[in-house]
Amino acid sequence: MPWMFRGLRNGVLTTGYPARPDPYGEAWRGAVRLRGSGVPAPGAARLGCPTGALSEAPDGLRLDRGRCILCGRCVEAAPEALEWQAGAEVAALRRDDLLAPSPGPEDEDLEAVRADLATRVSALGRSVHLRHVDAGSDGSEEWELAALWNPVYDAHRLGIYLTASPRHADVLVVTGAGARGMVAPLLATYEAMPRPRVVMALGTDAISGGLVAPSYALTGGIGAIVPVDVWVPGSPPSPLSILHGLLLALGRLPDRRGGRS
Amino acid sequence: MSTDPSGQVLPLSRGSWAEVLARHGQGHRFAGLLAAAVPGGTRLTVVLALADRLQGYDRLVPDELARVDSLTAHLPAAAWYERAMTDLHGLRVDGQPSPRPLVLPLPGQVSPPRPGGPAPSPALEPDEHVIGLHVDGPGMFTIPHGPVRSGVTESVEYLLETPGEDISHLHVRVFAKHRGIQSRFSGLGLPDATLLAERVEGVASVAHATAFAQAVESALGVQAPVCAGLSRVLHAELERIANHVDVALRLSEAAGLSVAVSRLGWHKERVLRLVSQLCGNRFGRGVVIPGGVSRLPGLAGEQVVAALTGIADALLADADALMRTPSFLDRLRGTGPLDHGLAARHGALGPIGRGSGFDDDDRRLRPYAGYAQLCPEPVLGQAGDAQARLAVRLGEVRESVRLARAAALALEEHRGEPTSVKLPAEDGRGLGWAEAPHGEVLYDVELRAGTVLRAAPRSASLHNLPLFATTFQGDIFTDFPFVEASFGLPIAGVVL
Ligand code: SF4
Repeated sequence: MPWMFRGLRNGVLTTGYPARPDPYGEAWRGAVRLRGSGVPAPGAARLGCPTGALSEAPDGLRLDRGRCILCGRCVEAAPEALEWQAGAEVAALRRDDLLAPSPGPEDEDLEAVRADLATRVSALGRSVHLRHVDAGSDGSEEWELAALWNPVYDAHRLGIYLTASPRHADVLVVTGAGARGMVAPLLATYEAMPRPRVVMALGTDAISGGLVAPSYALTGGIGAIVPVDVWVPGSPPSPLSILHGLLLALGRLPDRRGGRS
Repeated sequence: MSTDPSGQVLPLSRGSWAEVLARHGQGHRFAGLLAAAVPGGTRLTVVLALADRLQGYDRLVPDELARVDSLTAHLPAAAWYERAMTDLHGLRVDGQPSPRPLVLPLPGQVSPPRPGGPAPSPALEPDEHVIGLHVDGPGMFTIPHGPVRSGVTESVEYLLETPGEDISHLHVRVFAKHRGIQSRFSGLGLPDATLLAERVEGVASVAHATAFAQAVESALGVQAPVCAGLSRVLHAELERIANHVDVALRLSEAAGLSVAVSRLGWHKERVLRLVSQLCGNRFGRGVVIPGGVSRLPGLAGEQVVAALTGIADALLADADALMRTPSFLDRLRGTGPLDHGLAARHGALGPIGRGSGFDDDDRRLRPYAGYAQLCPEPVLGQAGDAQARLAVRLGEVRESVRLARAAALALEEHRGEPTSVKLPAEDGRGLGWAEAPHGEVLYDVELRAGTVLRAAPRSASLHNLPLFATTFQGDIFTDFPFVEASFGLPIAGVVL
């Protein structure tokens, strides 16, 4: 049996993330960001953002990472105002946390969100089961989610499993821009899950509809269909970004950098 | 109708299908039937694959008529296209043998979205009750499977209609994830439209962007520089390797070969990482632009060759082991057979056609980008079963490795040259095509002052998926995962 011996050579491939930083993830261009606060708007129109992720306000440029598809056009057009942000850890627990500048301080609110989520996930055992639903993706998000169980990311080592049955699912992972034909099946899956449950919007399409919305056939994000607990931007997000989002929602990120916000 | 100086699209004389059918009768493959709302009516475009290029034929169906005679009676491969046409444009197709909704079931009183038209459609709720089901006889029962499926898969629903263990009929319902992509193209500038093309079928981003860009280039009468063509080849072949490995992985998963699954997952990850080293994106997004490429690969030719050789040595050894694993081959041999005659009549695309001995590959027959220079070798099967389709894919992986290396090296001689040409902001219409991992992707693009007036993509998935239901024999429940994986068709590209 050739496969037995082939298998043995796989052991050393697995990332040390989240216990240790992952070099591929650290170098990943996971987001764009404003260079400082109160960045004077260079004329949002001139930046040519394809998804309307950039807008102008009296106090300067606004960036919505939940709409950004990481095309890099704005960074090229106005390097004085925008830059790439390295790192795969881009997920957020509140939709507003994807906005820059942040619409308000509201740290108490984030604490409340965290506390609520912590109560819910504390009921989960060491093993967590995911149910995935495609609500109108382009197919790339599925590849990046499925990659979590390849030997490089090996989500099993973290007790993260896929389940076919919504009745055994703790986390609902939703991809796609919210195809109207998927609204009822998505709701049915959500309703069939036991409580407590956690919902992830995987990818910019799932967060805001991305570039494929607006469309007669789309809700423009899955937040219009089910309540979302964790938002993972990217078009598609890298597997490490998805893993980060899961661990963030589950409260399982180690505090290796003296506390991340 | 729009001008097309390149002659890629011709009007049909006498407003009938006669000419198209005559040409098809001369052996030209039916490549698709596209529809777009134009002033005064609906423009139907039949695309035929001639020996060295694709050719479109336009027919206008006036709004006051809103009906047309079916092509399907003569050309069964047109069936799904006509159903989509009825859904999206409300056209009545006289003589269509199976006029059920496909991509967007709407109640009769609701206006269809009419892609290509001037105004975006308001939100439309699909209503599955409109579809209805035809049941073949008494004692039949229907087993629904989907649209939410197990594992990480795209949404699609299979309805098995069966009197017992054997399959009687398999209905494929694809409408659930219709996204209205064709409408979304209208009005976009070329850079945005290219990014959208990458998201029509995300796992074939490079092929879609390339076909779109080439349609624009023909419409405007410009040609991308040599280095851009070679970059497109490099990225397209890496995309092919990743997709073919993905199919092998899914087949191994269906057979419960956990070590093979994990090894193939590792290879696929390495390919995607190499792509991200070249361009910053794991799917090659942002590379292809109309007129050329945005940038050359971020690694020198020698580095690409070294990286790819490391990946290929391990990958091809595992591919050989897979094709020598008897328990695995037992599940694939004879499973999901597609005979050569049907494959040829339907014009089955990509590895599905080639696994049945139907040899058509745009890279060789209708070369684009850098393919004429690199001379891809054909990889063909005969048996037409799941095993033949996998063997074709694994053979293509080997050939893709060669092509990618050759493209990377050839590119070095063109470093420093401009990577794109400037596009005039003019009107025009053009067809573009590319051989995606799943088969030929084509775009019909119409420009007005350099922005997209209308664009219609056609993926290989839409063309090939109707064949899926014809390949079941015997016990569907054990064969299903293998047949599905061996088809390996992304659903995003089917319904758009
Ligand atoms: S990188 Fe994001 S914010 Fe910048 S232009 Fe592209 S989509 Fe817009």
